[in-house]
Amino acid sequence: MLRVDVTKHLGEFTLSAAFTSEGRVTGLFGASGAGKTSLINMIAGLLKLDRGIISLDGETLDDTEARVHVPPHRRRIGYVFQDARLFPHLDVRQNLDYGRRMNRLGDDPAQRSRVTDLLDIGHLMDRRPGKLSGGERQRVALGRALLSKPRLLLLDEPLGSLDEGRKVEILPYLIRLRDEGIPMVYVSHDAAELRQLATQIVMLRRGEVTAFGGVKVLTGSAN
Amino acid sequence: MFEISPTEWTAILLSLRVAIVATLVATPLGIALAWLLARRDFWGKSMLDAFVHLPLVLPPVVTGYLLLLALGRRGFLGAWLADHLGIVFAFRWTGAALACGVMSFPLLVRPIRLSIEAVDRRLEQAAGTLGAAPWQVFLTVTLPLALPGVLAGMVLGFAKAIGEFGATITFVSNIPGQTQTISSAIYSLIQTPDGDLAAMRLVIISTVIAMGALVASEWFARRATRRLHGN
Repeated sequence: MLRVDVTKHLGEFTLSAAFTSEGRVTGLFGASGAGKTSLINMIAGLLKLDRGIISLDGETLDDTEARVHVPPHRRRIGYVFQDARLFPHLDVRQNLDYGRRMNRLGDDPAQRSRVTDLLDIGHLMDRRPGKLSGGERQRVALGRALLSKPRLLLLDEPLGSLDEGRKVEILPYLIRLRDEGIPMVYVSHDAAELRQLATQIVMLRRGEVTAFGGVKVLTGSAN
Repeated sequence: MFEISPTEWTAILLSLRVAIVATLVATPLGIALAWLLARRDFWGKSMLDAFVHLPLVLPPVVTGYLLLLALGRRGFLGAWLADHLGIVFAFRWTGAALACGVMSFPLLVRPIRLSIEAVDRRLEQAAGTLGAAPWQVFLTVTLPLALPGVLAGMVLGFAKAIGEFGATITFVSNIPGQTQTISSAIYSLIQTPDGDLAAMRLVIISTVIAMGALVASEWFARRATRRLHGN
């Protein structure tokens, strides 16, 4: 269970959002500039709150009153960025193995082959990120986050930098991932995408939650 | 022409030893400082930055004299180090290495700092979300990506150290076999009648060493860049 109740001033814009999500895939929906990325950066611990609380499965990650701020590397929250952010000096295999090494987890060949099969990236292992297509890069980023064994996966418009063809290529993998049961927070401004993926929707508009509920809340929106 | 005398050999080997030790000791300090200047904000940062660059703008003889005042046998630090740790810099090759290290430090730090500043912080954030603690992020992401700059800084620092003259001769004098580097040997030779030929030999050798360092750095930098970006 993810509980978020935060306030953050960003320039002249104030982000003030509260929701509690039990859904497997929480979709953060809103136009660009609505505060979606700032909100998941706070969940990841990359952006500090001005005021509020973030907790995951009963564990407090941020509590400004109690001066709690768990740093990103101790949160065990995976993050798939819009721009993949693969390490350019490491090949795909080393990128995938990075989280396991940093967390000093034991080698888990079964998990690794499950993830590489799920994402169809087995044939890319020896390549450098510079030699991958946009879609391949995003799949590797997804695999890299998964293999760090997070308890929650954040995805910030993972299809945002891809053209239509590539989106169709990645979407099935994301649906498979959802059906694996790992909890996700999925940011998008594309209602169609969220209708296919999300189980719960948090609608953001100019820094405020305007609707919360099942995917039905998307019906009234522009898309 | 190319009979190198034992004195000249001694000076050449001493110069190499001084410059290599100065560079190897200064590099980790330089990396730490470059990181601090590139990535942290703290009170007195611009003062620290200015202080690091001081040897670049001070007359070398002033730097050498300040070192002598501080670290000579009667200097406040020098006396303490000699009494408590048995470390003596004055009139030793270690003193020459220290003088060269101090003089080359700004040249070593600058390229490292620039290359750390150029590392994409978003990659460092990504490493954090994958469970890497800040020191792990530094060792596995920042430092490898800044490697070409580190190598460039080391070569520049080495080249400066091997040619350093003013601060070294002021701090540790010009004792053959002890503190006489190529530069101070050339200086002595051109003041000696009939020393021209020997001086010319050392001039050629120091040119060869400097060229070698530049070619090596170019090669390392190209290799490192290739390793970092693409196959």
